[in-house]
Amino acid sequence: MQEITEIRWHARGGQGAVTAAKMVAEVALSQNKYFQAFPEYGPERSGAPIVAFTRLSDGPIQIYSAIEHPDYVLVLDPTLLDVVDVTAGTGENAVVIVNSEEDAADVGTRPEMSGKRVYAVPATRIALETIKRAIPNTPLIGALVRVSGLFPLEGVMDEVRDSLSKKFPEEVVDANLEAVKRGYEEVSGI
Amino acid sequence: MTRVALTGNGAVALALKQVEPDVMAAYPITPQTEIAQNYAQYVADGAVKTEYIAVESEHSAMSSAIGAAAAGARTVTATSSQGFALMWEMLYIAASLRLPITMPVITRALSGPINIHCDHSDSMGGRDSGWIQLYGEDAQEGYDNAIQAFRIAEHMDVRLPVMTMIDGFIISGAIGPLETVADEDVKNFVGEYQALNPLLNVEQPVTVGAFDSLGGWYFEHKVAQNRAMENAMGVIEEVGAEYGVLTGRDYAHFKTHEIEDAEVVLIAIGSAAGNVKSVVDQLRANGKKVGMMKVRTLRPFPYLQIAEALSGARAIGVMDRADSFGAQGGPLYLEVRSAMLEAQSRPQIFNFIYGLGGRDIFPNDIESAVETLERAAAGEKVSPTRHYLNVREG
Repeated sequence: MQEITEIRWHARGGQGAVTAAKMVAEVALSQNKYFQAFPEYGPERSGAPIVAFTRLSDGPIQIYSAIEHPDYVLVLDPTLLDVVDVTAGTGENAVVIVNSEEDAADVGTRPEMSGKRVYAVPATRIALETIKRAIPNTPLIGALVRVSGLFPLEGVMDEVRDSLSKKFPEEVVDANLEAVKRGYEEVSGI
Repeated sequence: MTRVALTGNGAVALALKQVEPDVMAAYPITPQTEIAQNYAQYVADGAVKTEYIAVESEHSAMSSAIGAAAAGARTVTATSSQGFALMWEMLYIAASLRLPITMPVITRALSGPINIHCDHSDSMGGRDSGWIQLYGEDAQEGYDNAIQAFRIAEHMDVRLPVMTMIDGFIISGAIGPLETVADEDVKNFVGEYQALNPLLNVEQPVTVGAFDSLGGWYFEHKVAQNRAMENAMGVIEEVGAEYGVLTGRDYAHFKTHEIEDAEVVLIAIGSAAGNVKSVVDQLRANGKKVGMMKVRTLRPFPYLQIAEALSGARAIGVMDRADSFGAQGGPLYLEVRSAMLEAQSRPQIFNFIYGLGGRDIFPNDIESAVETLERAAAGEKVSPTRHYLNVREG
């Protein structure tokens, strides 16, 4: 059977989860992989909990339902841990990457994290120090790349550079690249 | 051929841009989709020379499209959900005036309760309006069908409007890979537009939309419309085969998978066909004799071909993402059930209603449908009334 990697993103409206899911899709395109990225549709409000999904595979993807049993869960906002059951549907060995000032060992003590492979990255701090805005999506992508090994970091950096250069001045592009790189380097739990 | 990452909306808008019709008339506010927004952007950027008419309602969108097409312009519009419902009256006029308008439809539920999500209630309601209806599974098929629609609609043996559907949000809002055809190849494929009896030809004045009384030719018009639909049956296949030569992706009225020795067969339309195919592959790996059919052409309905393809099955499950309240079942079920009277052997046929108002359809829902069919195939008595998938009981 065809292997499909399934990622679920948890965030609050405005944190860039949908953009991140799209960015990972663009990276997959540049790596000649098949992909699917879609938000859970609803009335999107800034600050409200939202969910987005990404599927990745080496072959065409022909399933379109929401992801029930993700291999990777990415949490862009640590306050969601008390509001949303982020590990719902995940199996043993599922990977959970949380944007948190706590390190992976501390995040991993939460009861719902039992049996999961837990990683943490201070993505909001990295975002504030690099892009100067509390949008933690790019550092999370860096962390995902490090933890999953799905794509080479260089390929991701190239794609982020290409896609952002079309819309933003050089300093914004460089800040985002720095954010990806720091996310890659500073993720704990490895 | 280039591979890009686009949403279903983006893919369809790109197809329209590459064709570059003379006129696009669209209502620019919700329930309109990003297709109209993207196309407006193309116009604003000077990427196309299309005359873009932003109208005040979907009724006006279709009315403007009819006016433009009657004047002699290659014309498109796009819609979804309540907007489709508001076009209702004018859909029949476009078809009966034999205007080759094409229209991508993003299929979504009709209120109430108010719901913006995917089902096929909108387009299924228009299946007797005289429009050709082609359904796509994913963004690629939405793109490919949107291009082929021009050739089918404008064929001199057809001259009927064509609507091409993809599933709301599930496909329209999801980003996936799309293989695009070069602009020049698209332009060559659709060719120059030949207007038939255009209003703007002052050398040969014509009347369009005249009154036709009891002694008139209304009945004969309707016979001619159906004859055009019958002609479309072959034209859709010719165009689909020619498109295959150009792109490597050929299109027929339907596609089957693992059907040759299948005892039970599921039939679906739209994105659910992909989910069903994935489940069929899984069940086949476990030795189950399961197959599936994805229907592309709903109007004209290829009933003889479908009857022939399915006559080997023992039990058939037809999946409907819309209902026909009070009928024996949903719209696709009624078509297939009726078609099977032409079959060599008569399989049992069951209806599975799913996905209304965007309710998700998971692999285990499809597996449960297969189990129901297997029980029927094994001789167990299974209720002939609607079966619902992933519905909340009580």
